[in-house]
Amino acid sequence: MNRNTVVWVVVFGLGAAGLAWRAAGTGMGSQYVRAIEVHAASKTGQQFTWTRYDDAFPKDRGQPDVALSTPRTLGVWVAALMTLGAFSFLFGDNPLFKLTQAIVIGTSAGFAVCVGFWSTVVPMLMGRLHPEFVRSWAAPGMPPDQQTEWIALVPLALCLMLLWRLAPWGGWISRWPLAFFIGLTAGLRLVTFFKADFVDQVANTILPLAVMADGRFDPWATLKNLAVLAAVLATLAYFLFSVEHAGAMGRAARLGICVLMITFGASFSLTVMGRISMLAARLQFLFDDWLWLIDPLNRRTGL
Amino acid sequence: MIPGWLKNLDRRWIFLLMFLAVSLPQLFGVSFPERPSRKVLDVFDAIDGLAEGSRVLMAFDFDPASEGELSPMASAFTRHCCEKKLKLYFMTLWERGPPMVQKALDIIASEHPSMTYGTDFVNLGFKPGLEGVIRNAFSNLHVDFKTDQAGNSLHDIALTRELKSLREMDLLICIGSGSPGPKEWVQYGAAPNAMRMVAGVTGVQAPQLLPYVPRQLVGLLAAIKSAAEYEQALIDRYPQLARVDQAKEGLRRMGPQLVAHVLMVLLIVSGNLVYFLGGQSGDAP
Repeated sequence: MNRNTVVWVVVFGLGAAGLAWRAAGTGMGSQYVRAIEVHAASKTGQQFTWTRYDDAFPKDRGQPDVALSTPRTLGVWVAALMTLGAFSFLFGDNPLFKLTQAIVIGTSAGFAVCVGFWSTVVPMLMGRLHPEFVRSWAAPGMPPDQQTEWIALVPLALCLMLLWRLAPWGGWISRWPLAFFIGLTAGLRLVTFFKADFVDQVANTILPLAVMADGRFDPWATLKNLAVLAAVLATLAYFLFSVEHAGAMGRAARLGICVLMITFGASFSLTVMGRISMLAARLQFLFDDWLWLIDPLNRRTGL
Repeated sequence: MIPGWLKNLDRRWIFLLMFLAVSLPQLFGVSFPERPSRKVLDVFDAIDGLAEGSRVLMAFDFDPASEGELSPMASAFTRHCCEKKLKLYFMTLWERGPPMVQKALDIIASEHPSMTYGTDFVNLGFKPGLEGVIRNAFSNLHVDFKTDQAGNSLHDIALTRELKSLREMDLLICIGSGSPGPKEWVQYGAAPNAMRMVAGVTGVQAPQLLPYVPRQLVGLLAAIKSAAEYEQALIDRYPQLARVDQAKEGLRRMGPQLVAHVLMVLLIVSGNLVYFLGGQSGDAP
């Protein structure tokens, strides 16, 4: 066995033994639910009763309506082991990471297909073409005055044309709906982008160069406005390639580079903050929900 | 002058240091006091200044991948709106967003049981169609939204029966981590309709949204630091929330955040020292 394999075997062995010992002693990772009976009536007066299972705190596990939930407990263990699987990539590529990655991708794709079918195909295509049929088995809340909208045949035809690329001949047919989607999206975006990101942004930089507040000169606000104006002009100067970057233009372009560097630095630091925040959230899940090492929400007080 | 092992330090030692920097403050419950900044207070005041019963759209455009960063601010927004007794309209444009909305609904159910579904808040659920949904919802809500998340007709729900479009909202709140998200809500909703909007975003997204403040966006919460400051502002204004452990999620996260940031600064400084004092000959490991 090479060095890496030995390290992995030792780490896994110690980890599994520690987890087994702790799980047997404390019940860590266990999830509890409270059974709540729900009563409801339909518009026609028909009565319905069902049981809803709400999350319960482990400290309440002695209460008569609180029970251990095996599926939710398994869910916590699977989530924890997959988190460790993802983290294991930091040590080096390994089968556990690959398995975790495959499960995440597969689950996400499957989830997206199911959600896409039930939220798009059923209500927005089938529901418009045959509302009675969809209301009878999938969407009872659909308005009773919903009429058939034959215009929905157009997106149906476009979808079929898009899928035509899978056919052995006539693959060019799929380019038509693709061109339609691209043209439509570009047209829609152009208008809103022009308003929100061009006209309004230009307006945002038209600032008073001497700010007066309550009848007095405000030097800090004035400095801020001057800095915004100088930064915008310098950055624009850097991107003006049709003029040689020499003399005053060169100095302005150089200042533009500095502004860009400061922007990238701020962006990088915010990204770092975000990543650390995600790591903290994952570790909190491991320490709190799985290992029961911390209890910030006092869910296990007295255990 | 600089030992060779330091010039070619295995990056896994850095990972271990970062793990310790983030985990130890959590294990020992280290936290630091926060003082809300002016930018955070702008967002806070935008919500706090609304009259009771005002209509607020809560767009939760994020998924579990960024939950760790955005969930604290989503919860804080929800608590604030509930304390102000505002009418809440939840929705998401992300297919994995509904569980994020459900967390907010759970907060309402557990901390504000007197609020009633349909008259105080409604969950419009996930709608496919990306920014097209935003555009339609501002001209006619009922084009894309026929039912709520549970399948009830919007004509049977008090909050949505008379609502024609999102132009009737008093404030837009969007918590998002990508596209469609706050940027699209500004482009297709707030800017063309001259509506007041605040947003909460991940640190990665913040630089793209900051140019919209303060004209197109009244205020912006960026990353977990802003979330923690917002929670503090909320506790300062509503002291009863100090007893709710769930209302201090962002404040708790700032302990590991601060220690990790100090470690990052030390690593950058020491990395540069090793590079320059070591004759600039070290190869990246």
